[in-house]
Amino acid sequence: TEEQCWGTWGKNIKCVCFYRNALLEADINKLGFSSPAARKTGTTICGVVYKDGVVLGADTRATEGMVVADKNCSKIHYISPNIYCCGAGTAADTEMTTQIISSNLELHSLSTGRLPRVTTANRMLKQMLFRYQGYIGAALVLGGVDCNGPHLYSIYPHGSTDKLPYVTMGSGSLAAMAVFEDRYRPNMEEEEAKRLVRDAIAAGIFNDLGSGSNIDLCVITKGKVDYLRPHDMANKKGVRTGSYRYKHGTTGVLTKAVTPLNLEVVEESVQTMDTS
Amino acid sequence: TLEACCSRAWTSCFNSTSIMAVEFEGGVVIGADSRTTTGAYIANRVTDKLTPIHERIFCCRSGSAADTQAIADAVTYQLGFHSIELDEAPLVQTAASLFREMCYRYREELMAGIIVAGWDPRRGGQVYTVPVGGMMTRQPVSVGGSGSSYIYGYVDSNYRAGMSKEECLKFTAEALTLAMERDGSSGGVVRLAVVSEQGVERQVILGNQLPKFSTV
Repeated sequence: TEEQCWGTWGKNIKCVCFYRNALLEADINKLGFSSPAARKTGTTICGVVYKDGVVLGADTRATEGMVVADKNCSKIHYISPNIYCCGAGTAADTEMTTQIISSNLELHSLSTGRLPRVTTANRMLKQMLFRYQGYIGAALVLGGVDCNGPHLYSIYPHGSTDKLPYVTMGSGSLAAMAVFEDRYRPNMEEEEAKRLVRDAIAAGIFNDLGSGSNIDLCVITKGKVDYLRPHDMANKKGVRTGSYRYKHGTTGVLTKAVTPLNLEVVEESVQTMDTS
Repeated sequence: TLEACCSRAWTSCFNSTSIMAVEFEGGVVIGADSRTTTGAYIANRVTDKLTPIHERIFCCRSGSAADTQAIADAVTYQLGFHSIELDEAPLVQTAASLFREMCYRYREELMAGIIVAGWDPRRGGQVYTVPVGGMMTRQPVSVGGSGSSYIYGYVDSNYRAGMSKEECLKFTAEALTLAMERDGSSGGVVRLAVVSEQGVERQVILGNQLPKFSTV
C-alpha cells in the first residue's frame, strides 16, 4: 500500500518493484516458464593499499547461471581519473551504478574545481545503494588516490561501507582473503603489491567456480594510473593437437546433379562481428 | 524484510555485536567489539563501531551495518546544522532524540540498536539507549548487541554508582571480553573511548591483551 512506502528511503522504487515483481512471478509460473537468470559476475575482486597508492584486481568471468556468458569482461570501472571501482554482483547493476556516480562526480569536480576525493565517491555510492535497500545488487571495491593519500573502501549492496587497507569481494572473496591475510604487510613496494593482488585473484580463479579467465590489475598512484588489462592470462585456451576433419574422398560420391540458380546480386553489405 | 536483511549473503550485519556505555563523574566510557559478519563470514574483523556524531558525542552501533551507518550519517548532519544554528555545543539528549525520531519513524524498515553517549556542559556525562523499535531512555550503564545477553548478570552485579574513570574502563573491558568469549558472533579487538570535558581518548585492546578469566 502507499502507506507502506514511506519517506525518502526507496519510496517510489520499492512500491514499483514490489508490485511489478509479484505480478511477473505469478504470471510466469502460470505459463510454465522460469524467469531468466540475471547475468552475474560470480567474481573475485580485491584491492590493497601500498606505499604509493592502491592496487585493484579482478578476474574476467561473467556468468549467467552455470554458463560463462563472457570470458573476458572488464570489472574494473572508471570513476574519475584518480579513482577506479571493481564491481561484483549483478553485472548490469555494477556497470550502471559506477557510470552514474562517475558522471555525477565529474559534474561535482567541475563545480568544486578540484580533483574528486575517494570519500566523496564512497558517500555517493553508499547513499544510492541504501536508497534502493539492497535491490541494486552491486558489491564494490572502490580505490583511488587523492589529496589526502591512497584510500580503499568496500561497499555492500545494502549500503554499508568499510574503509580498510585490504579488501576482497565476490564469490571468490574467501580464497582471495586467505592470500591477503597470509602475506599483507603495510607499506609494500609496488611490485610486491601487484604480485600479492595477482596471487589473491588467482586463488579466486582456481578455487571458485564463479571466477575464471584472466587477471586484470589497476595500479593507481598520485598522478598516474596503470590499467593493466590483461595483467596475467592465467587461462589461455589450449591449441588442439589433432584434427577431426575427414580427408577429401573419405565418402565416395555416387551421383552428382548441379542446378544453377540464376540470381542477380542487387545489394551487398558486409557487417563484421565483434569477436574481441 | 527484517529477516531477509540479516540472512542474505551480501548483507553486512552487526547483529553480532557487543556494545556498552557507562556514565561516570565527568564523562562516559564507551566500548565495542570489532566484528562485522555477512552470514558466517567475517567481512571486517577490525570494525570501528564507536562513531563520532559530534565533538563530544558518540554512538555505539549494533544491528544492520547499512542502516546504522546511514542513520549515523544523517544524524551527524542534522546535529552539526543544529549546533551551528545554536552557536553552542549540542546536548547529548538532542542527539539521542534525533536518533529516536529516525529509529521510531522508520521502525518497520530499520534494524538498528544504538547507544548514544557523550558529555555536554549542562548535564555532564550521559548515556541514552535507543534499541530496535525506537524507544529512548537514559541509563547509567547500557549494553547492546547480541553479546549483551551474556553479560547482563555481570553488569548488574558489578556496576556501582560513582566509579572512577579507570574503574569504568576496566569494568567495560572486562564485560566486553566476557561477551566476546561467549558470543560466537562477537570478537576481534575491544575498542574503548572516554568522552569527557577534556575531549576524547581512544584505545584499542588487542586479542592477546584482553583480560583473562577462567582457563576452561
